[in-house]
Amino acid sequence: MHYLLTEEQQMIVDICRQIVDEKVKPLRAELDESKEFPWEAIKEIARGDLFRLFIGEEYEGMGTGIFEVCLATEELSRGDLSVATSYAASGLGLIPINIAGSEEQKKRFLPPLAGGEKLAAFGLTEAEAGSDAGGIRTTAVKEGDHYIINGTKQWITNGGEADIYTVFALTDPKKGVRGASAILVEKGTPGFGFGKQEDKMGIRASATRELVFTDCRVPAENLLGREGMGFLIAMKTFDESRPAVGAQAVGVAQGALEEALEYSKVRKQFGSPISSFQAIQHMLADMATSVEAARALVYQTARLIDSGAKDVSRLSAMSKTFASDMAMKVTTDAVQILAGYGYMKEYPVEKMMRDAKITQIYEGTNQIQRNVIALDLIKKGVI
Amino acid sequence: MIRIKIAVCIKQVPGTTEIKIDPETNTLVRQGIENIINPFDTYAVEEAVSLKERLDADESFEEEVEVVAVSMGPPQAEEILKEAISVGADKAVLLSDRAFAGADTWATAATISLALEKLGDVKLAVFGKQTLDGDTGQVGPELAHRMNMPFVGYVSAVEEISGNSIKVKKLAEENYEIVQVRLPAAISVLKDINSPRVPSLRGKMKAKKEEIPLWTAKELKADPDEVGLAGSYTQVVKIFTPEMVHDVKMIEGSPEEMVEELFGKLKELNIV
Repeated sequence: MHYLLTEEQQMIVDICRQIVDEKVKPLRAELDESKEFPWEAIKEIARGDLFRLFIGEEYEGMGTGIFEVCLATEELSRGDLSVATSYAASGLGLIPINIAGSEEQKKRFLPPLAGGEKLAAFGLTEAEAGSDAGGIRTTAVKEGDHYIINGTKQWITNGGEADIYTVFALTDPKKGVRGASAILVEKGTPGFGFGKQEDKMGIRASATRELVFTDCRVPAENLLGREGMGFLIAMKTFDESRPAVGAQAVGVAQGALEEALEYSKVRKQFGSPISSFQAIQHMLADMATSVEAARALVYQTARLIDSGAKDVSRLSAMSKTFASDMAMKVTTDAVQILAGYGYMKEYPVEKMMRDAKITQIYEGTNQIQRNVIALDLIKKGVI
Repeated sequence: MIRIKIAVCIKQVPGTTEIKIDPETNTLVRQGIENIINPFDTYAVEEAVSLKERLDADESFEEEVEVVAVSMGPPQAEEILKEAISVGADKAVLLSDRAFAGADTWATAATISLALEKLGDVKLAVFGKQTLDGDTGQVGPELAHRMNMPFVGYVSAVEEISGNSIKVKKLAEENYEIVQVRLPAAISVLKDINSPRVPSLRGKMKAKKEEIPLWTAKELKADPDEVGLAGSYTQVVKIFTPEMVHDVKMIEGSPEEMVEELFGKLKELNIV
């Protein structure tokens, strides 16, 4: 199918496809079992220049847009969502630096992230603050030319593997949400430790850990923007990164659809391949149609954001919600088409179904997304 | 800054091992078959680029290293040279001329050696172990002989490299040997040596824009008697798929009887 990609955009897809075929597919089942971080794939992704897609040219990035990030993320997700998430989460962790970093901070932190020598992570969620991100309790108290950070972040993707963490903490607890700030903390800083790696339903090779801050002293110049800007930075980051979660969902669904299609042509029952039965044909047709629809919505959203459009929250929420709900259905249907075999770990689709579930949950649950869509509709009307 | 070169010699081959012979002309049927870079050559390119990265990272090594991919072939061989650039080769050059056609390994080595001399400052020439279509593995050693430099084949690892020597691990008949030779030298590499990288985005973009020079016999100042068919001492007279002769004997009886008879036969043939 042709999506009107430029030659450079097609190169991105081709490189990711080659990485998936050579470095991801052969290892994905094993890493899902061992929960080991997919370093080999990440290193190849770095060598392919794909981390440069998140960053501007002045800081050794490619200076391209969120659309290109979506292309790479989608293609990697077709192979393995753990790999794609590790890649995308590094992007999420560094977008705040793009948004609010000073020239000096950008020059210091972005180049090694662009080259993939270092990974980033986004530290917002806490035990008592998931959808209610305003309920965070981690504090950052100013003391001379340092901030002292205390608190625990939960379920942080790339936790323990990343070097650079964008951490959201209350610099002024009295102001509630308006008192939150974004601070960069590097791995190895005394007082900054990690919890154990979580044992998850899916994306098991993706590192998910607690970030534990105990009187962690961080230089004041690691503050992004100004005190109190934390929330704005977080929301703006999500607006930009949300289509990439949609792209993850499209990718994993596409991967599942391909497995189901191939299987249906080969598996014979009652003397014929099951692809000749209308029941299977209709399932495949519906799966393919919904993948295409989700892809169109994600691509449209990404292109709109890249064109500089300001009012993208509604479309962004729609693309994430629709694609992730679609992915859950398509991967479930893929297991159904493979039936008994689909239920076995020997075949890749049960893992895809377990992996897909997270796309309905992280980066804003689909329930919160629906709130956003509805409120925006009511406030502004349909157009 | 002195610039030294690592030349990696690659060949474009038909992308299949299922050789189909045209019964009339006794030559390879190339139609409908995709052309690819000779698989062993991808390991050679990766090794050349890795060695450059190693030397660049070595603070005691002051010269600048350039990896140049070289190929002798028809104009479409430019594709594999661009591939080499997309995975890290700095430059490439295509040797193409009607006069080079029909070359055997000796004439090929003659042509490539002229190119390496023209490039100048080539400290190391890297080859893949052998080609999919020729299978000889002879161009490397013949080139080294012509250029009066040592050749080490079947290299599975480069242990050390410096400005004037290279130490390698090579596969011998029944063991590995560690061999050190002076530079300039030529080596051919096995698949064990590395894991070829995927092209980078910037590499692909560079490859797309790169204008790859085409050197003809004239540019190489080639002696017409030394290149192409004229310069070949050998000629491929016939390529054929050997006829497979099967002699089938069915062994019957109970499983115990069958095993005994089978074992007896294998012993007779000195297989066990």
